[in-house]
Amino acid sequence: MKTRLRWRKLVSHFMLGLTGVCALVAVSVLFFILGFLVYHGSTSINWNFFTKLPAPVGETGGGMANAIVGSAKLLLLASIFGVPIGFLGGIYMAEFSNSSIAFVVRYAADLLNGVPSIVIGIFAYALAVLPFKHFSTWAGAFALGVMMIPITLRSTEEFLHAVPRALREGSMALGASKWRTIMSVVVPAAYRGTMTAILLALARVAGETAPLLFTALGNRYWSPGFNQPTASLPAMIYSYALSPYDDWHRQAWAAGLVLLALILIVNIFARAILSRGGTILR
Amino acid sequence: MATSTTTVPDAGPSTGSRSFLARLSSGDEIARIITFIFAATVVLITVLLVLQLWHDSTLSRHKFGLNFFLTRVWDPITEEFGALPFIYGTLVTAGVALLLAVPLGLGAAIFLAELAPQKISDALQFFIDLLAAVPSVIYGLLGIFIVVPIMRQHVQPALKSTLGFLPLFSGPAFGVGFLTAGIVLAIMVIPYIISVSREVLLSVPRDQREAALALGSTRWESTWKVVVPFARSGIMGSIFLALARALGETMAVTMVIGNTPTISPSLLSPGYSIASVIANDLPEASGVYLQALVELGLVLFLFTFILNGLARLLLVLTTQKGSGMGHV
Repeated sequence: MKTRLRWRKLVSHFMLGLTGVCALVAVSVLFFILGFLVYHGSTSINWNFFTKLPAPVGETGGGMANAIVGSAKLLLLASIFGVPIGFLGGIYMAEFSNSSIAFVVRYAADLLNGVPSIVIGIFAYALAVLPFKHFSTWAGAFALGVMMIPITLRSTEEFLHAVPRALREGSMALGASKWRTIMSVVVPAAYRGTMTAILLALARVAGETAPLLFTALGNRYWSPGFNQPTASLPAMIYSYALSPYDDWHRQAWAAGLVLLALILIVNIFARAILSRGGTILR
Repeated sequence: MATSTTTVPDAGPSTGSRSFLARLSSGDEIARIITFIFAATVVLITVLLVLQLWHDSTLSRHKFGLNFFLTRVWDPITEEFGALPFIYGTLVTAGVALLLAVPLGLGAAIFLAELAPQKISDALQFFIDLLAAVPSVIYGLLGIFIVVPIMRQHVQPALKSTLGFLPLFSGPAFGVGFLTAGIVLAIMVIPYIISVSREVLLSVPRDQREAALALGSTRWESTWKVVVPFARSGIMGSIFLALARALGETMAVTMVIGNTPTISPSLLSPGYSIASVIANDLPEASGVYLQALVELGLVLFLFTFILNGLARLLLVLTTQKGSGMGHV
């Protein structure tokens, strides 16, 4: 009997220890990724990387200035398209809708959120590339914008719901109209949450490559305006990593480091906004 | 929930056209209509996406029918398209990924939910959340320059010398292939399994644990025989979510799978996946070729649609609120 108990305790300690190892392994992956990126990428990060165009094939040096600007343009356009739809749609869901319409919209948003990014790419290709017969910044931004909509909408809805009802009633009791109440009481109260959600959505699409492959395509030069194929950091990493040149590989690592650093900073910043003054929410 | 808040301003005797005009002048009705248009846009986009996939694959669906899924010739020149190798590659890599990711992810989730003190658990979860934010092209970059060489030089030769008699590990070791893609995918989906499973485990009532401990079970026995079974359907939900992610993943897989349409029992063999072939071929395709690729996109969509639906159902069953999927 005693040995049996000892055995059971041994098993318990062993298995629980093993779960700890699992957690350690899972978390350490993040540091491995960061470590490799810094190790291989930091040597190629210099002033040229941020200010020069890619060097012609066969020459070393050059940078990714066009890809950095291209990514910024894509994200800006994607936000202009995706955030208002998600945000105002979220307001409708939280404040105006009845349950059956809410169910349909919520279902559609969740469905859209689950669609693989490559399928979003096909959609944007059919809608924004084929009819115009050329790749463009518009098409890439459309694909990224579509991906931002469901995240923004569901988060906005969730955070508006979390605003206490007493705030709404207080405003209404003072004679404010419903719209006035929403704009000057409810939305400001949920401001941190929605900002966080929008930033997280932005960080998520910033690293998306698959929907850009056949919408924004890529470009080794500047692409003025929004009507031409444009370079982006993720697509650049992809094509440089698959290239046969060592110098390009180094630049792919550098671009990976820059991209991941930006995404992680935005993530940490967004979560800090949420946790710092979260009196109403969470 | 939504209805309870909307009734507030309408309270009172005034209904009908007068109140409609009143609300219109105060801007409420206008606001309602405008925000409704935006909400409807979301539904419209989703419907449009499904219709587009369906409509733009018509030629291919009619020409090949079910044979599309059963044949393995993929020839743009003779315009014969059978998607079996891609479907095979997608399922095999996702299967390998789950085989590796589920035990590790579940173990880590148990540690975070049951063992670790609140502060450590939250800190680790923060890192897991950051890990989930790493873009797939970065995983591909590490896959191609770090994982592939390690596989080619160390792991695959070792597998061949010990388990080489199995057809699973036969053939030359290229480094790229089903196994490598599966491993990279596993690393990618582990954060999702951990985050969702942890929340599900945390939602298990405390009395369940206490009852098991009071009956004399060890800590592990109460966890494994009481808490985990209690959360079983939620954990299944997290696995379905991870599977949906793995099936639809494009960049990382494309960079390490080898991009050769083969059906081989060997995990060391290079292969191809649905998402990879779309990524590689779509810009140059036209006519039936393009439609066949769109049909592959439709297949991918249906896979993830069904899995996400099942996952949501299972998560709602355990957590009631279904909040386990927030902000993934």
